[in-house]
Amino acid sequence: MPVVWCVLSLCLWVASAHAQISRLDSMQYLQNVTVYGVKPYAEVIPAQTLSGAKLEALSSHSVADAIRYFAGVQIKDYGGVGGLKTVDVRSMGSNHMGVFYDGIQLGNAQNGQVDLGRFSLDNIDEVALYNGQKSEIFQSARDFGTSGSIYLRTRRPQFAMGQTDHLLVTMRTGSFGLANPSVRWEHKFSPHVSLSLNTEGTLASGKYHFRYRKFFSDGELAWDTTAVRRNGDVQALRAEASLFGTYDGSRWMGKLYYYVSERGIPGAIVNNVWKTAQRQWDRNFFAQGSYERKCSERYELRAQAKYARDYLRYLNPDTTLMLIDNKFWQDEIYLSTAHKVTLARDWDVNLAVDYQWNYLNSTQVNFVYPTRHSLLTALATAYTWRGFKAQASLLHTHIADRYTTRNDGTVLAHHRKRLDRFTPAVFVSYRPWAAHDLSFRAYYKTAFRMPTFNDLYYTDMGNVQLRPERAMQVNVGAQYQLFTERGFVASARLTADAYYNRITDKIVAIPTGSGQYRWMMMNIGEVRIRGIDLTAAVALRLPADIIAEFTLSYTHQHAQDYSDPTDRGEAGSYHGQIAYVPWHNGSVATHLKWRDLDVNHSFIYVGERYHNSSNIPANYEQPWYTHDLSASYRFALRGTRYIKVTAEANNLFNQQYEVILNYPMPGRNYRLGVAFGF
Amino acid sequence: MVRQSSHNRFWSLALWSVALLALCASCRHEDVIFIPEHVQVAQPEYTSVSGFYLLNEGNMGSNKCTLDYYDYTTGLYHRNIFADANPTQALEMGDVGNDIGIYGSKLYAVVNCSNKIDVMDARSAAKVGQVDIPNCRYIRFHGKYAYVTSYAGPVEIDPDYKQRGYVAKIDTTTLQVVATCMVGFQPDELEIVEGKIYVANSGGYMVPNYENTLSVIDLATFKEEARVPIAINLQRVRCDQRGILWVASRGDYYETQSHLYAYDTRKQRLVKELDVPVGNMWLDGDSLYIISSEWSYLDASYGGATYCIVDTRTMQVANPMFIADGTQNSIKRPYGVAVNPITKDILVTDARNYVLPGNIYCFDRTGTLRWRERTGDIPAHIVFTK
Repeated sequence: MPVVWCVLSLCLWVASAHAQISRLDSMQYLQNVTVYGVKPYAEVIPAQTLSGAKLEALSSHSVADAIRYFAGVQIKDYGGVGGLKTVDVRSMGSNHMGVFYDGIQLGNAQNGQVDLGRFSLDNIDEVALYNGQKSEIFQSARDFGTSGSIYLRTRRPQFAMGQTDHLLVTMRTGSFGLANPSVRWEHKFSPHVSLSLNTEGTLASGKYHFRYRKFFSDGELAWDTTAVRRNGDVQALRAEASLFGTYDGSRWMGKLYYYVSERGIPGAIVNNVWKTAQRQWDRNFFAQGSYERKCSERYELRAQAKYARDYLRYLNPDTTLMLIDNKFWQDEIYLSTAHKVTLARDWDVNLAVDYQWNYLNSTQVNFVYPTRHSLLTALATAYTWRGFKAQASLLHTHIADRYTTRNDGTVLAHHRKRLDRFTPAVFVSYRPWAAHDLSFRAYYKTAFRMPTFNDLYYTDMGNVQLRPERAMQVNVGAQYQLFTERGFVASARLTADAYYNRITDKIVAIPTGSGQYRWMMMNIGEVRIRGIDLTAAVALRLPADIIAEFTLSYTHQHAQDYSDPTDRGEAGSYHGQIAYVPWHNGSVATHLKWRDLDVNHSFIYVGERYHNSSNIPANYEQPWYTHDLSASYRFALRGTRYIKVTAEANNLFNQQYEVILNYPMPGRNYRLGVAFGF
Repeated sequence: MVRQSSHNRFWSLALWSVALLALCASCRHEDVIFIPEHVQVAQPEYTSVSGFYLLNEGNMGSNKCTLDYYDYTTGLYHRNIFADANPTQALEMGDVGNDIGIYGSKLYAVVNCSNKIDVMDARSAAKVGQVDIPNCRYIRFHGKYAYVTSYAGPVEIDPDYKQRGYVAKIDTTTLQVVATCMVGFQPDELEIVEGKIYVANSGGYMVPNYENTLSVIDLATFKEEARVPIAINLQRVRCDQRGILWVASRGDYYETQSHLYAYDTRKQRLVKELDVPVGNMWLDGDSLYIISSEWSYLDASYGGATYCIVDTRTMQVANPMFIADGTQNSIKRPYGVAVNPITKDILVTDARNYVLPGNIYCFDRTGTLRWRERTGDIPAHIVFTK
């Protein structure tokens, strides 16, 4: 099969040919400047990706900001620099998403939550979103276990002939009292081993003005209030060191990651309460490594290992509320091997076995100190015949939890809980004509998410009887791609997918007793989601060396609550659209490039929603849409040195909006960045 | 040629997509203040009770504490009337309504997480003032004062963090706090009987070291003069015509269950313990109406709901099920109860799953459903208007 590389170098489509090793050096030198590539895909269903210049051009500060441009995605954004941002894909809930950092899942056994607002794009090369799973078989068992996955790939150092070092020093500042310096140094030890060091600091007061107002039905102003969002300050430091190597037909990588932060938690704005006092401290450390070797034409091996330790302290010192000062320590050990055997030229089989160990320690009263052993075994096979690609996988998950109930320090009992589940998935795609890159695809997948340690064991709130929350997905779709060497349209890619998801045994928090400060997790929900995702990406060659790229995404979803069949009627929740899922949302991003100048505009639209599944006016949430504009210019200096200046204005029309009820978002805000590199 | 036609096709498709997005993009409109909904639920009736207010708690952080009003003289249920009565009040009533009362011509709504008491005109619900009290819980009246319990007394560190609760004394003419009296941890309901204030200390934040006492405050000196042990985690306290205090404990949601106690304020001793779980109660003459749906961590579920009447003379359950027509099967989480003093109609509110809008059910004195209507979120506290 011909491998097509389409590379937009300095935003000119220069190549549409077989990738050849001998050309890599010159091409990768260009990649330092700005190269946009469309990779050939090994997956049955390719991902939505953002990478290279496109990623850089979007005025996105964190991974969560970048993911907003993908179809089918909802970001739960609590606002501000340090505010929590979680991703919900196709309305299945954020706990069904797996986030993989350089191939290994970022876990959080405590609450299942990966705050994508914390992952800056500073060191990220590519963000990819897969619905269902990454439909490639040579991967770890974990990769088969989620209902959707986000893959973050950190930057690989690439050196031109004779170069051994790269340095990039960046300083960004802007609204919210932001200071955001970062340094990246890359060094080539030998043709086979290179190092990347990256560190970034974030300091922000997090303050911004927000405005609430309401009108009489005749349009006269009823009330209007403007206030400053407080307790949204953040100070964070991230440091990463990565070592990359190749050795005699094998590739390896090692990574150390450390993140430390303190932040205020800006709570809900309610009558008479304009600021909150809650604070959170985090320390995340992990060390991970991967090794991949093609042992023979028929056998490939991949091994991965990780150790992670996370610390979280949550403090509520507000004297008008209950004092909470909880500390949590999590440990994780992860080992994985994957073995791919090529049975015939078009037929591969992969066996992957993962083992994971998690432990949670806490200062909570009567804490049960849970330990979880997970053993995941995935057997997958892929078959290709002409335009037909198919993949089937079966994942077995064995989970054993141990915990000890205590009362005032005395052990009451030791407990064990076991769980065994099989979850299958089938992915197929068909490309009827070799001359046209039009393909049709479909998948079916079941998965489940384990209740987190908090769901199960949080003192007085966890529920040890919880069952896993199950997800079933069916998807059919099509994709068309076009690349040309000259002419008005340089490239185009269109995708359309229709899907049906069903979430059963959904884990929902409900209050207990007659006070509201105690909640409990229960398996009571069922949600059915019917949706359509459309995407289009078009690159045009305009006169005067101007390149224009347009990226569009649109999602239409009916995500309906089927939990309580007795609750029908106009205010009933049965068949009601679930909380915060709009019927319509979409984005349009435009990137214009003229020589060393990049201009980017993006528009994000989220339609009307309700904040719970009783879709009545009292629960209505307004649509919101923001326009972001950014421009950057790259000044070439002596040799390979350069300075790049970037200016951004976000939420250009200063829309006052909320993503989550009572969490006001920032209005118009600015950012300025200067980077020096060679 | 092929390229030409295909690129035209894509260009038009791209434009079509933009148009589609623009079409779907319904725009924002200005937020309009909540317009009350008026629903005819029953025939008008004319007694000295003209209606009742229902305070909906709303979930923490939702700012959805709302006020409903039922008008007996028209049979109309008016949902979410506060914004209409107070259109210039920014962010409406606030977060988690916890108690409501009428004294003189004024209506008082205790809004727990908004740390304040809204004082309104009892006829129009137009706000006339506000008293700021952090973590305020319940309100009772006596003489020219209102008394409000609060969880948020001064913080002591000795060496553990401690924050006792207090009772605030509010002058109902000036709406100023004129005195405070420290009590136990996390005081809930209070009752004023023959020159004394009895306060139910819960200790709900101190798990598992709950409080187990009533604080007794002398009304004249406004000093705590005694603690009376009853049971752990006390919540409700109501006094009958014979000076018997009916005190309800929440229990610990494990082995110790919610119970009802009778404390004789004259003899100063506990005279009865009833194995009746109490979520909420309403005293009408000699009948104590009790509803409950008790949570247990032991089996991680709610037990069966209780709808009973205790006769305060015999101190026994006089009617173990005051709903006679099976309507209890459609009530998910009974949360509030009230009895019309004239007609003896029984009102029961259903908080359902605490997130969705609740319901109010009106039963006649025989326990037959007369009407039901949708409320705000977590309907809970009722006060009748004259």
